[in-house]
Parts: sequence; C-alpha cells; structure tokens
Amino acid sequence: MNITLIFSIALGAILIENFVLIQFLGICPFLGVSQKQDTAIGMGLAVTFVMGIASLVCWLVNEFILVPLDMEFMQTVAYILVIASLVQFIEMFLQKTMPGLYLALGIYLPLITTNCAVLGVVLLNTQKSYNLVESVVYGVTGGIGFLLAIVLFASVRERLASVSDYPDAFEGFPIALVTAGLLSLAFMGFSGLRVF
Amino acid sequence: MTIILPIVLPVAVLGGLGAIFGAALAIAAKVFAVERDEREDSIRGALPGANCGGCGYPGCGGFAAAVVSGAAPVNGCVVGGAEVVAEVAAIMGVEPVGSERQVAFVKCSGGSRSARKYDYVGLDDCFSALNAIGGGPLTCRFGCLGLGSCTRECRFGALRVVNGVSVVDREKCTGCMRCAAVCPKRLIAKVPYSGKVQVGCASRARGAAVRKVCDAGCIGCGVCVKNCPSNAIKLDDNLAVIDFAKCTNCGACVEKCPRTIITGSL
Repeated sequence: MNITLIFSIALGAILIENFVLIQFLGICPFLGVSQKQDTAIGMGLAVTFVMGIASLVCWLVNEFILVPLDMEFMQTVAYILVIASLVQFIEMFLQKTMPGLYLALGIYLPLITTNCAVLGVVLLNTQKSYNLVESVVYGVTGGIGFLLAIVLFASVRERLASVSDYPDAFEGFPIALVTAGLLSLAFMGFSGLRVF
Repeated sequence: MTIILPIVLPVAVLGGLGAIFGAALAIAAKVFAVERDEREDSIRGALPGANCGGCGYPGCGGFAAAVVSGAAPVNGCVVGGAEVVAEVAAIMGVEPVGSERQVAFVKCSGGSRSARKYDYVGLDDCFSALNAIGGGPLTCRFGCLGLGSCTRECRFGALRVVNGVSVVDREKCTGCMRCAAVCPKRLIAKVPYSGKVQVGCASRARGAAVRKVCDAGCIGCGVCVKNCPSNAIKLDDNLAVIDFAKCTNCGACVEKCPRTIITGSL
C-alpha cells in the first residue's frame, strides 16, 4: 500500500482535477441544487456516498465479470446498470433505516442516477487501471471534491441572491454561470500542485 | 458459432446482470418496505406544489403527511384557496371547511414621508440596515426600511418597494406569509382579502412623537373611531386598529383620516 499514491489520488480528485470545476462533470446538479447551502451540503454528501459505493461495485463487476469474459466494450452500459440499481437500493435502504437522512436528501438521491460525475468516476477508475483501494479512494475523494465545489458555489449564490447588485439581465442562471466560471478559474490555480 | 458467441455473450451477461440487480431490488423492496398511506400521495398531487411552507410544514409533502395523520386541518394550505381545500377534503372524506382568502399587508406608509437619521449606504438588506449605527437609518422605530428583504423572499412576485415602502399586490399575494418571517420590523400582517380598508401604520408612539418623525404616521387622534358607523375601529396604544369582522368597507374613515394613512377602495 503506497500512502503517497493514495494521497496524490485524493489531492488530485479534490483540488487539482476537481470533478465539477476542472473536469466539468456533474454540472447539472451543481447548477440545479445550489441555491441554498444546506441543500447543497445534502446533495454533496449524497453524491460522495454514491460515488464511493459505485466505485467499489463497478470495480468488482469490471474485474470479475467483464474482464474475464473479454467484454470491456460493454463497460459503459454495465456501469450505468450498476449505478441505477445501486441508487435505487440506497434509496430504499435509507427510507427504511434512516428516515431522517432520507427526508433530508429528498429528491437529490434519485437525481444522482443520472449524474455524470458518478459515471465519470467509475469510467476513469477503469481508464487509469486503479486497483480496488485506489478506486474507492478516487470515488470518495472525487465526491468530496464535488461537495467542496457545490458548497462554495451555493455560499456565493446565497450572497448573490440576497445582497449583490448586478444588472437585471443577469438575473437567475446567467449570473450563476458567470459565478461558476470564475470559481472554475480559481480552481485552475491548483493545476500546478504536484505530489512527489 | 464463432460469429454468434460475441453477440450472444454480452446480451446474456448484461441480461444476467440486469436480472440479478432486478431480483435484488425486488427483494430489497420487500425487505425495506415502508408503509405509506396512499391518501398522502393523492393529497400531494392536489396541492399547488410551490413548497412555500406557508402552512407551517416543510413543503407540500410534509403538509400532506400532516393532513393524513390528522395534525393539520384540510384547509391548512393558504396558497391553494377554496379549490384545493375542497379537493383535499374530498380525499380525506370530510366536509370542506370554509376558508377565507388571506393576504399580506405591510403596516407602514412612511417611506419617503418619514424622517431619516442619516443616509444609509450598505448592503441592500433590511437586517443589515437595522444592525447599522443607531438601529438603522429610519428615525421611526416601527417603520418599513424599504430595502426589500420581503420582496426578494416572495415567490409570487407580489411585493415591491414603492416610494421607500414595501407594498403588497393583493391579487398576486397568496397569503403564504414568507415575507412576514423575514421582516425584521415584523410589519407584515395577515389580513382577510375582503378587508379592503387597512391602517397603514404600526407606530404605537404618542401623537407628538409620531408627528416629529413621520408625515404618514398614526397619531392616535381617534377621528376614525368617531366616524366609523359600525364601531369597527378602536385605538390600541395610540394606533387605530380595524376589527375586520365588523368593518363594512364603507370608507368613512378613509375620507376622514387627517394623516391619510387609512387606505382602501371605496
């Protein structure tokens, strides 16, 4: 187990190659669920949760079913199948065992089914040929990166909505997109980070 | 065989995976089944779906659950009006209870007519202004700051700031009272839609003190009380208050008010 490698994967997923702000994956929930900070935190946690588990299950499916059968070309379809069933299962599981968390996540949980950041992380795991531990670390830290980005963005949008003075023409999504662009620009500053 | 295998194998494997996941989900649905009252879903369908929270529950889903459990009355949704009340009552199998339409009203007509201690330059937000030096720029401690925190909170576009004071558009207002919750001066009251005559002031200061700080403040002179043919107005702490149960919207007080702060279409 190479701690430095794990650390570099984590740092890369959270800051240097942030899923939302650098790789532009999962933009839909990033823009859709970021009006309020508390809902953004809920969405971020839900995504982190699903990305971690999806990385684990998809690695197993790939390693023990697809690769032995020479069916790597079916990865995308198989992964979508895994993610969709997984989200359904987690939804049922939470509703029964943790109704509080289920209510808090609300509509965001089913939304994750179609979140491209989740599909992105499992496909990248395969592309980078990570092993089981590395995959899970990449998935969880990628989710934490998403959480960080969406919470930062939601805080900015909350302030924008209540106190900022911008032209009327920018009301709503235009100003949100400009903000997202600036935030993304700020994260490009991390691109120089290297872990030795 | 060599041609067929590459086609059949993926179909079989993915089909198999799908079948396994499907079976697992079916089992999970049985194991983790949560009992739900189907009336809850139909009530949620009947509600406007604005999730405004005007009923006091977290969103329309929370209200639907509360109605089914009996915690909330069937006429609890202020936004939907009589139509929704009838529908919800039908689902619950009870008689619809009459609910008069309620709207918000801002109890201030000061704005540009009230005195300022200084020019406020800062965040465009009533809370921030109230926390500024000397408790905000407005000399009157009851009045509307006019920075529009309520207008931004309104989901129905029913509030706007006119001449430095927030005004409710009675036609657009649904009575959800989100605005009242954000007003730091607690100036926004829920009034019946039929009560057209309203006193546009909340100042409970003495007449002389009101005169000094605002041209549009109630001085508690009692002219309206004397002129009301149905005894619907009384003075409460130097402020005229209308009893909507008695008010006939005749408009006598509107004409007589020396401060022109009682409003309402005649």
